[in-house]
Amino acid sequence: MSGDIIGIWIGAILTLGIFSFLYKDNPFYKFSEALFVGISAGYWFVVTFWQYFVPKFWDNLSLSFHELVANGRIDYHWIYLVGGFFGVLMLLRLVPKIGWLSRWSLAFIVGTTAGLQFTRYLESNGIRQVVGTIKPLVVGGNLGTSIGNIIIVVGTFTGLIYFFFSKEHKGAFGGAARVGVWFLMINFGAMFGYTVMSRMSLLIGRMDYLFSDWLKLIK
Amino acid sequence: MDEMANREKKTLWENLLSIDRRIIFIFIALAIALPLFFKTSLKMPVSPVVQEVYNAIESLPAGSKVLISFDFDPGSMPELQPMAESFFRHCFRKNLKVIIMGLWPQGPIQANIALDKIFRELKEEEKAVKVPRYGIDYVNLGFTAGNEVVIDRMGHDFQESYPADAKGTPLSKIPLMQGVKNYDNIDLILNLSAGYPGTQEWVQYGVDVFHVKLAAGNTAVQAPSMYPYVQTGQLTGVLGGMKGGAEYELALKRPAKAVSYMFSQAIAHVVICLFIIIGNIAFFTLRKKKTLKLEK
Amino acid sequence: MRREVPLVLTAIVGITMIIAHFLPPLNSLKDLFEDWFFIIAAFAIILGILNLILVNGNNIYRKQKGWPFGVVVILGFLIMTIIGLGFSGGKSFQDPGTPFYYLYTNVYSPLSATMFALLAFFVASASYRAFRARNIEATMLLLAAFILMIGRVPIGYWFSDWLGDALGKTADWIMDFPQTAGQRAIMIGIALGVVSSALRVILGLERTYTSGE
Repeated sequence: MSGDIIGIWIGAILTLGIFSFLYKDNPFYKFSEALFVGISAGYWFVVTFWQYFVPKFWDNLSLSFHELVANGRIDYHWIYLVGGFFGVLMLLRLVPKIGWLSRWSLAFIVGTTAGLQFTRYLESNGIRQVVGTIKPLVVGGNLGTSIGNIIIVVGTFTGLIYFFFSKEHKGAFGGAARVGVWFLMINFGAMFGYTVMSRMSLLIGRMDYLFSDWLKLIK
Repeated sequence: MDEMANREKKTLWENLLSIDRRIIFIFIALAIALPLFFKTSLKMPVSPVVQEVYNAIESLPAGSKVLISFDFDPGSMPELQPMAESFFRHCFRKNLKVIIMGLWPQGPIQANIALDKIFRELKEEEKAVKVPRYGIDYVNLGFTAGNEVVIDRMGHDFQESYPADAKGTPLSKIPLMQGVKNYDNIDLILNLSAGYPGTQEWVQYGVDVFHVKLAAGNTAVQAPSMYPYVQTGQLTGVLGGMKGGAEYELALKRPAKAVSYMFSQAIAHVVICLFIIIGNIAFFTLRKKKTLKLEK
Repeated sequence: MRREVPLVLTAIVGITMIIAHFLPPLNSLKDLFEDWFFIIAAFAIILGILNLILVNGNNIYRKQKGWPFGVVVILGFLIMTIIGLGFSGGKSFQDPGTPFYYLYTNVYSPLSATMFALLAFFVASASYRAFRARNIEATMLLLAAFILMIGRVPIGYWFSDWLGDALGKTADWIMDFPQTAGQRAIMIGIALGVVSSALRVILGLERTYTSGE
C-alpha cells in the first residue's frame, strides 16, 4: 500500500468517526474530535513558529546580533525586542499573581485594532455605502432600474431607521421601521438560503471524498 | 368511531411535527449521496454577478498580471476549490501571468493542490496548451502573517510583505516579478475567501486605498454580504458558493466538479424545503385544532 | 499601573494608527506598531495552545471523566508540532511532499472539512423545527429563503424554464435589490458601531478590557 492510499484510508476512517456523532455521541467520535483539536493546535503552533515568530521576531533580532558581533554597532532592529517583551507579558496570564501585566499587551492589541478599523470601516462600509445609496429614483425610459433604485434607497433608509433606538418606534417613524424590518427579513432569508447552500456543499464534498477518493465507486 | 379517527389523525400531525432528527439526517444523506452516482447534464444560466467575474478575466490581454489571494482552508474546500481550478484554467488558457498568495496559512497549500490538478489535466487533455512554467507564467508567494496589514503594505511595495516567494527565492530573482513593485503593476486581483481576512479586507484596504480592480469567489455563507460592494462597484463581481463555481465553469465552457455536484445540491435543497413545509403544515393544523378545541 | 498603563498605551497606539492614515511620515511608526502587534499575536496564539495543553494535562493528571481523550489531544499536538518543527524542512514545512503536508492532507484536512460538513445535518433539522410562518415578517423570511434555495439550483431552472427562468431571475432580483438594501443597512449600522466603539476605546471611555486577569 502506498502512502497515498494509507492516507486516504486514515482520512476516510476519521471522516466516518466524525459522522458517527449523527447517531449519537460515542468514543469513536470523541477520539476523532480530540485528534482534531490536538492536530489543529499543533498546526497553529507550527504555523505561528515558522510564519510569525521566526520572520517577525527572530530574523530581525538575528540581524541586529550579526551587526553587533561583526561591526560592534547597535542597529535599530533591536527595537523588535519591545514586541517580544509585550509578547512575554501576554504569557504571564498563566501566572495568577502577575497575570494583570498581560493587560498591557492586550491594550496594545486593542489600540492597534481600533486604530486600523476606525478609518477602514468609516470609508468602505460607511461613506462608500451611503454614497452608493444616493441614486436617482426615476431613470427615464427604464422602469426596472427606477424600481431597483427606489428599493435600494427605501430599503437602506428604513433599515437604518429600524436600528435607531434613541426614538420610540411610533407613528410615521414606527411605520418606516416596520418597512425596514421587512427588508432585513428578506436579507435574513437570503442569508439563511445561502447558509443552507454552503453547508450542503461541504457535505457534498465529504460524500464525494468517501465515494470517489476512498471507495472509488464514482469516477 | 369519529373520535377514534380524530385521535389517529392527531397523532399523524403530531408525528409529523416531531420527526426524529436521525430520520431527517438519513434523508439529507441520501439526497446528497444518491445524485452523485448519476451523470446528468444540467442546464442553468450564468447570473450577471458571475458573468462580471468571467468578463474581468476574459477582457485581459495575454501577458497581463493577475494576483490570486487564497484566503481559505480545507473547511471550505468543496465550495472554493472548484473556483480556484476554474480561475487557473481561465488564466492559463488566456496566457495570463498568475501571482499566488495567501492571507490564510492554508491558502497557498490549497493553491498547490489546485495547480497540481490543473497541470495533470493540461498534460492529459489540452496538449496544445503548454504547461505553465514556475517563475515565468506563475509564482506562489506563499503565506505571510499580518492579515489586512499585508494587503496594505503590498500597496506600497510587495517586498514589504513578501521579500521572497514560498520557496525562499528573492522576488528580484523571479522573472515574473520583474517590474512588479505594487498594485500599479497588477491588472486584476482575484480573491477566494471563506471569512476573515478575506474579501471585505481586500475591499477596505486594496480597493478603497489603492484602487485595485477586485473580483471574488466566496463561500455561500459570506456571499450575500458582498452584494453591497458589487452594487457600489467596489467589487467587480462575486461567485457565491458551489453554485457560483458551477456557473463559472459553464461560462468557461468547461464543466467540472462544481457542475457535477449541482444535482446533489438541488435535491438537498428540495428535501430541506419539503421538511420546512411539512413542519409548518403540521404546526398550523395542530394549532387550529387546539384553538377549535378551546373554543368548544 | 494596572489601569493607567493600558489606557495610555491604547490611546497612543490607536491615535498613531489613525493619524498615520493621513500623515504618511508617520507610516514607519505605524509599521513598527503593526510588527509588534503580530509578535504579540504570535504569543497570544501560543498562550491559547498552552492553555489547551494545561487543561488537558490537568484532566489526565486528575483522571477526570474522558481523560483518555485528553491524551489523544496532547499526542495529536505533539506529533504535528514535532514533525512540523523538526522534520519538514524548516520554513518550507508546508511544501508538497513533506511529512507535515502528509498530515495536513490526510488528517487535518478531512477532520476539518467533516466538522464543517456535519453542520449540514443540523441546519436541516433546525430549520424543520424552528422555521414557522407565524407572521408577515417570518413569512417574508421564509419566502425569500425558498425562492433562493430553489431558484439558485438547476431544479428551479427546470421548473421555470418555460416561464423564461422566472424563479432564477427572481432569485437574482432579490439578491440585487431588497437583499442588498437590507444588507447595506446592516453594513452601515456595523460601520457606525465599529467607528464609535473604536473611538470609545481610544479615548478611554470603554475600559472593560482592562479588567479581569
